[in-house]
Amino acid sequence: MIDMTSTTVLTGAVVFSGFYHGINPGMGWPLAVSAALMERKHSALPKALAMLALGHFLAMIGVLLPFTLMSTLIQWENEIRIGAGVLVIAMGVYLLINRKHPKFLARVHPARLALWSFLAAMAHGAGLMLVPIFLGINAASDNAHLSAHTIMGNNIANAFGVAAMHTLAMAAAGALIAVVIYFWLGLKFLSKTWFNLDIVWAISLIVVGLFGIFSVHSGH
Amino acid sequence: MNMRPDPTFHASPKLAMGAAPENYAFTVMLSPDGSQSDGIAVVDLKPGSDSFGQIVHTVTTPNKGDEFHHFGWNACSASLSPLSGHSFLERRYLIVPGIRSSRIYIIDVKDPLKAHIHKTIEPEEVFEKTGYSRPHTIHCGPEGIYVSTLGGGGKDGTDGPPGIFIMDCETFEIIGRYEMDRGKQDKHYDFWWNLPQDYMVSSEWGLPPQFENGVVPDDLLSNKYGHSIHFWDLRARKNIQTIDLGEHHQMALEIRPAHDPSKSYGFCGVVVDTTNLQGAIFTWWRDDDGVWQAKKTITIDPVPADADDLPELLKGFGAVPPLVTDIDLSLDDKYLYVACWGLGEMHQYDVSDPMNPVLAGKVELGGIVAKHKHTNGKDFAFGPQMVEISRDGKRVYWTNSLYSTWDDQFYPGTEGGQMVMANVGENGGFELDKDFYIDFPTGLRAHQIRLEGGDCSTDSFCYPSV
Repeated sequence: MIDMTSTTVLTGAVVFSGFYHGINPGMGWPLAVSAALMERKHSALPKALAMLALGHFLAMIGVLLPFTLMSTLIQWENEIRIGAGVLVIAMGVYLLINRKHPKFLARVHPARLALWSFLAAMAHGAGLMLVPIFLGINAASDNAHLSAHTIMGNNIANAFGVAAMHTLAMAAAGALIAVVIYFWLGLKFLSKTWFNLDIVWAISLIVVGLFGIFSVHSGH
Repeated sequence: MNMRPDPTFHASPKLAMGAAPENYAFTVMLSPDGSQSDGIAVVDLKPGSDSFGQIVHTVTTPNKGDEFHHFGWNACSASLSPLSGHSFLERRYLIVPGIRSSRIYIIDVKDPLKAHIHKTIEPEEVFEKTGYSRPHTIHCGPEGIYVSTLGGGGKDGTDGPPGIFIMDCETFEIIGRYEMDRGKQDKHYDFWWNLPQDYMVSSEWGLPPQFENGVVPDDLLSNKYGHSIHFWDLRARKNIQTIDLGEHHQMALEIRPAHDPSKSYGFCGVVVDTTNLQGAIFTWWRDDDGVWQAKKTITIDPVPADADDLPELLKGFGAVPPLVTDIDLSLDDKYLYVACWGLGEMHQYDVSDPMNPVLAGKVELGGIVAKHKHTNGKDFAFGPQMVEISRDGKRVYWTNSLYSTWDDQFYPGTEGGQMVMANVGENGGFELDKDFYIDFPTGLRAHQIRLEGGDCSTDSFCYPSV
């Protein structure tokens, strides 16, 4: 049986969640297609994707870093992981109940893609989805013989690593779809490939939260 | 909530043009004297249908005296931008305001033949939550449904300027006023925008005392109706520039931006130039320095007439003014249709070069003096007015009433609601369809038309037509 809490599996989960976020049109890839068409030049496409990725990365790191700071409280590690799991589940339940799109996102200027991407990721709990996975990775790499200082350093490195890996996967997935639609399939496929992921998204948060709680009890 | 975007949402104007043609039209029926309830007529447009060109269903309100005028959809193609987060709304509800009562009806047209009132917003709620009155133009926008109003607060709507308010696009709750900084804007009429470029343009008719009981000749001759257009930073909700078209350009009404969002220009129709009775179209555009400009690019001359043939209001002028009361731009941004309600003409201009429009076609129908008959031999009351173009640009529909009290001044003694259709030629030009002529139920007049699945004056697009 595969150990669901092994570093390899957790790393896979980080990449997978990146792809998952990236293919979701709601995380912004159609804006990259639009930017390239509006500016009538191909180079606007990678630029827009980079801005979307930057915003997403900042949202990820912004959520993960506070949990890194808590990692000095190593004796409370299990409680923190359970608390984080509950928080992520709560976000999922909230999104299931409140199905309305946050209005303030519509106030962002269409050209400020990094800001929009950051806010969209925050509002949908995209960063929270990574927290249980991230804490699992920390737990796997933590060693009681290391000093708190070293653990902190390791966990900060983990946070950047996880956020970067996730964002890279997210950007790659979004870019792939954006490029295929922009160069080959055409705008018609924009509406054809768009599925309502709202419920799936909310359930994903709940599943990841449950996983976070479960993994504490499975011994790590 | 849908699992997929509504099939009537199209990323670009070009895709909308290539989509399936409209099966139904929804047309305003209004009782000019408030003796009957206003309503929406559902017209069958399916080619080959036994009831083609007939009213197949009507939605009637339980109230009287609403005076329906303009209306719009709860959602349009703009929902396909991730920015607004409304990709899974259905284009299902028509938002129909009464400009006299300030009551707003939300009509569910999911099944056009069973269209019915879904919700009613009473005038008190509009007054209380917005301080505005007399709701008019509807567009679905970034934060919900935007509604322009013609009146401010108070009984006669002059307590404070009119403006725009926003409604929730799912619950239809009124959220509140739009403007954070309205600048010089103190009158209102139409508005539209370019969503990716983040600008909005609004226009001016007049304040309620200037139109509710008919046009006020003294106000018109002293140039007191609206003559400015306003440019807004859409999401910052700020008036960034006001262009005065010149005070003699009275009543700057319909705003028609190019549909392709990569373009930064559009048109505005002016009803009458008080120095010479001409009707005019202005082209507005953003120059290389980011400053908005406007220039008169079309003028339509008045036609001399015998005072005996003219209504009281016009006798002193000895001419019929064209009265440019509505304009509409085809989705490919190629043809601008201009209703000359006074003359009894519908013009088609090729605006491929927006600074140099060329007259490409003309249909004569009705008119104050000309009284042109339809090609099927029937009379046409008033003149061509609210015009709507099919998405593919091949059919143009229009009705004949301007506004209850104004109809009576310019066309005294005339009555009747009519809707007609013209077919557009391959290389421009257009002519009336003999078989399409709808006479509205007795005592009701016809105003704005909306087409099932969207049309040329409702849909906003977030992706260019390339």
